[in-house]
Amino acid sequence: MENIPVIKTERLTKIFPMGKGEFSALKGIDLKLGTGEFAGLIGPSGSGKTTLLNILGSLDSPSDGKALVLGQSIGKLTAKEAAKLRKEKIGFIFQSYNLLQVHTVYENVEFPLLLLNYSANERKKLVMGALEWVGLTDKIKQKPPQLSGGECQRVAIARAMVKTPSIVLADEPTANLDAVNSHNILQTMARMNEELKTTFLFATHDDKVIGYLKRKIYLKDGMIDKDVTN
Amino acid sequence: MIRFLLKGLIRDKSRSLLPLIVVAIGVTLVVFARGYINGIMVDMIEQTARFNTGHVKVTTKAYADNINQAPNDLAILDASNLILKLEDTFPDIDWACRIKFGGLIDVPDEQGETKSQGPAMGIGLDLFSTGSKEALRLNLAKSLVRGNLPTKEGEILLSEDFSQKLGVNSGDMVTLIGSTMGGSMAFYNFSVAGTVRFGNTGLDRGTVIADIRDIQLALDMTDAVGEIIGFFPGGYYNDELAEIVMAKSEKLFVGETGEYSPVMLRLRDQEGLSLYVDLTKSMGTIITFIFMLAMSLVLWNAGLLGGLRRYGEIGVRIAIGEEKGHVYRSMVLESVMVGVAGTIIGTSTGLFLSWLMQTYGLDISEFTKNATTGIMMPNLVRSRITPPDFYIGFIPGVVSTVIGTMLSGIGIYKRKTAQLFKELEA
Ligand SMILES: Nc1ncnc2c1ncn2[C@@H]1O[C@H](COP(=O)(O)OP(=O)(O)OP(=O)(O)O)[C@@H](O)[C@H]1O
Ligand SMILES: [Mg+2]
Repeated sequence: MENIPVIKTERLTKIFPMGKGEFSALKGIDLKLGTGEFAGLIGPSGSGKTTLLNILGSLDSPSDGKALVLGQSIGKLTAKEAAKLRKEKIGFIFQSYNLLQVHTVYENVEFPLLLLNYSANERKKLVMGALEWVGLTDKIKQKPPQLSGGECQRVAIARAMVKTPSIVLADEPTANLDAVNSHNILQTMARMNEELKTTFLFATHDDKVIGYLKRKIYLKDGMIDKDVTN
Repeated sequence: MIRFLLKGLIRDKSRSLLPLIVVAIGVTLVVFARGYINGIMVDMIEQTARFNTGHVKVTTKAYADNINQAPNDLAILDASNLILKLEDTFPDIDWACRIKFGGLIDVPDEQGETKSQGPAMGIGLDLFSTGSKEALRLNLAKSLVRGNLPTKEGEILLSEDFSQKLGVNSGDMVTLIGSTMGGSMAFYNFSVAGTVRFGNTGLDRGTVIADIRDIQLALDMTDAVGEIIGFFPGGYYNDELAEIVMAKSEKLFVGETGEYSPVMLRLRDQEGLSLYVDLTKSMGTIITFIFMLAMSLVLWNAGLLGGLRRYGEIGVRIAIGEEKGHVYRSMVLESVMVGVAGTIIGTSTGLFLSWLMQTYGLDISEFTKNATTGIMMPNLVRSRITPPDFYIGFIPGVVSTVIGTMLSGIGIYKRKTAQLFKELEA
């Protein structure tokens, strides 16, 4: 497995138009990530972490170079194929949780399975399993506005994990959380990485997160500055 | 997925309430306006039919050419034969002979000198034959103000307003001064049986009604009638049926030539009613479409506002792997659900209001006071609920929400995924 990388980029470049000129947010990124890695993009604000994560998540496409995710070239996917890739293989975790506000914890976690056309029975089993992982089985009927930030992020993790994706992309998942909650969700994710062999890629400048990472990829001005594996 | 969408709709009132209210109000107006306008138009048409045009009418060619003057010198001469022929060919249609006439009503005093006098528009119709529906058709019994309906020959009904102007009571003698079919002066004495008020300003001005046999005697019209009018089964004018009847009548009258040969006129061929008939047929559709357009515009804008609030939700759904097209279709599906719910509410309230207007009516006599056309505008306007009113609201209700959502949702397509996503992060 190690020889087929989950993520592979070659001279990945992203250029945004800016006023009359343009701005290079990513300047030739070469990166390989294997199955089961627990890695993070680390760098100051504006260094291109989110931009890279969005391309790898097939939400955006490269301006130049290659981005292969599970063997699929992101720039060449149709909107439909990109959606299918996200739906089946990629889990997202956001800084601001981004839960569906009018839906319950249970329904939020169930949503990805609805898209995947799981049967009601399978959905129930998987949702309850995921909620057990994050320790929220007692809050299934609550809605996000009634939850604490830590609980919201745990729902988001359950939502990302419920379909057992190959990759989880987590953009500043702890930015809105206190230390206790941050460690709590990081431990949960580390455990999933251990037990399910899910590949994790973070974007962060939070030391608490960095402490859990097995591989640290430092970005600076849209380029890889250092790549350190423990 | 539908349950998921439904839950979202029910829980997020701001997603559903505004469009629901717009649809409910719009559909209420559509249903009510249809019933109201239909009521006015159909009442007008049917009242005109009953007093004047029939649903179809047979006269001589020459009479038809000058029909507004009711030229009795051009009347149908062999009426009893013609009516047998008509009854034989069109057994479902109720045929009736009428003579319309103009003249003076003269009221004498004790010495036999004229006490008062006034111009009258008269209708001679079959009041006495068993099985004649004419008295019922003109609603004479219910329109009676003083006295009785005529029960024997030589009796006449005057409109109440006219009788007051002339100062006559039931039981008084009056003289009809008119002209015979041959063109000489005619005098005929009637005893006033009673007075009537029809609730129609034009009719109430100077109408007199007598049995057709009296009028035939008075005007020297033996076996002659001005018009034979026919009424369709079911009681309402039907343009398609009129078309068929007319075509059949042309075959029936084939071979009869000359200006005294019979012709058939449809209701729409008389009194400029064709416009009204066409309007009645298309009015419902016109109203429905106008409202549909207006509601679509409102809902489009409401959708744009609502859509802004939902960019976050849409962004996450797309990130989780839902296709844009699927998001778009699910919003359209939501709008169908809102449209259906709004239509049900709107149709119920619209029907209720129409029912009130159908039962109690609205007095518009102030506006019809000076009407002078041959079209009869009833003084009391009533709605008329027709079967389509129960379901037609779904067209503007659902179509407008769907169009509104489709237009406002185009933004989802136009926006790049990454852009939707940026807004989500913001
Ligand atoms: N759509 C865009 N149009 C123009 N410039 C953009 C766009 N998206 C990102 N950028 C620019 O690209 C650079 C990298 O942005 P990115 O969001 O990847 O940074 P980041 O490392 O995630 O920063 P932060 O830690 O603040 O989240 C920034 O300078 C940003 O202004
Ligand atoms: Mg960022």
